Amino acid sequence: MKAVDKMAIGEMVSETATDKMATGKIDILNLNLFYGAFQALRGITLTAPERAVTALIGPSGCGKSTLLKTINRLNDLSEGCRVEGRVLLDGADIYDDADVYTLRRRVGMVFQKPNPFPMSVYDNVAFGPRTHGVRSRASLDAAVEASLRRAAIWDEVKDRLNKSALLLSGGQQQRLCIARALAVEPEVLLLDEPTSALDPISTAKIEELASELKKTYTIVIVTHNMQQAARISDKTAFLLLGELVELGDTGQIFTAPRDKRTEDYITGRFG
Amino acid sequence: MRAVFLAAACVCMLAVALITLFLLANGLPAFGKIGALKFLTGTLWRPGNDIYGVAPMILGSLYVTAGAVALGAPVGVLTGVYLARFCPRRARGTLRQAVNLLSGIPSVVYGFFGLVALAPTISRVFGGSGRNMLTASLLLGLMILPTVISVTETSVSAVPDSCYQGALALGATHERAVFSAVLPAARSGVTTGIALGVARAIGEATAVVMVAGNQPAMPSGLLRGLRTLTANIVLEMGYAADLHKGALAATAVTLFVFTLGVNVLLSLGRGRRRV
Repeated sequence: MKAVDKMAIGEMVSETATDKMATGKIDILNLNLFYGAFQALRGITLTAPERAVTALIGPSGCGKSTLLKTINRLNDLSEGCRVEGRVLLDGADIYDDADVYTLRRRVGMVFQKPNPFPMSVYDNVAFGPRTHGVRSRASLDAAVEASLRRAAIWDEVKDRLNKSALLLSGGQQQRLCIARALAVEPEVLLLDEPTSALDPISTAKIEELASELKKTYTIVIVTHNMQQAARISDKTAFLLLGELVELGDTGQIFTAPRDKRTEDYITGRFG
Repeated sequence: MRAVFLAAACVCMLAVALITLFLLANGLPAFGKIGALKFLTGTLWRPGNDIYGVAPMILGSLYVTAGAVALGAPVGVLTGVYLARFCPRRARGTLRQAVNLLSGIPSVVYGFFGLVALAPTISRVFGGSGRNMLTASLLLGLMILPTVISVTETSVSAVPDSCYQGALALGATHERAVFSAVLPAARSGVTTGIALGVARAIGEATAVVMVAGNQPAMPSGLLRGLRTLTANIVLEMGYAADLHKGALAATAVTLFVFTLGVNVLLSLGRGRRRV
């Protein structure tokens, strides 16, 4: 099976070389990541196509979230974290350029647990634009409304924009966090198990939203929920113990996995 | 065993009750004799002539407390934030030790420092005796630092990391994330720290007596002397008798009400934020 992996990697590398352009919105090439002496990611090569949903699945501790956080360099925060290999956004290595602030504006992220700031709904959404220098009330108003609409939560909060965001339900908080991420007009949206803390109805709303948002954004989602990956993603990557076991079209991964380990995982034999 | 715990808890309750009771028993008659309004708004304090107006001391206490907070709160909050979010790990222990040490210094030592170091400096720069509102505020500002710093540090450190990371993920710098997302999340703790500082400043006697000048007259400027409620009691209790003694007890009641007021405001504020 190793041979198949290597072949897949070889294909992608050569493709990148010949096109001189990356193949997807995000291209991860032979990525190794260490926490001190511990290697959390091993030779990952993966492409996330533009305006599509790429799902990262795998058992707990397999490195999905770590991989996700290499794309907006939030791993930089972890002490002793070292990255080898390349992570390309539109063909440019994000680890070459020291400007993580611009990177994180282009690559938004929504966390596992809704994390609205303890301030009003309005101020939550306006936080990003304000961070990037938007001061005029009119522009902020417009950005807040547009983002809340895109996150399908405008109707629920339009009358309580000045109320604390912490008063919203968990599902609303998570959509607010999506709106907050959209307000800085990112190109990529990273979703780190965005529904694992939510009830089924809120989960359905977020999934619906993800399918809508992929028309505009490139989405990479980490999920524990196989049905979710099958429902909303176009590409699925299966990770195990820090290695990328298989990457392919979601339909293929779930109906005809090439790797035995993928099959075992999706049929629930472990994980 | 339970009875022992109960008894221990009762000691505390009893102490509060007794203090309140004796304070009121000694102070209230004087309020009656002098006239509450006359006592609280009177601007003259002449024990020799049995004229007791405590307004200068009320203002004195309020001014130095406000001054202490104006000087001490920003420095304290920023230091607390620094300790929690900016300080290199190795320096943190040392700095925290220094803060702890600062809180352990007896107020008479602060007063001494004020007398031999602060007051002469102020005197050299601004003229006068150096024993005035500014010096007292500076000294009190210094004294409330440990409280403000440690409460701020604790509450800023207690903010979940998800708040900080959420801000970073939007492209915020470390500074922006800390000051615009983490600090607001810690604001109830920070407010508590400042309120505790206010309580400490308004109740401080020894250090203030040594640097405030203590003239029982309406405070008339930053570089003029003033007398606080606490100083009024400390200075005259030793020799007071009869109505004079009662008036001092009434001063203590006034101080007590102010301190109580701070506490009530504090718990009200807390209650509101929790909703």
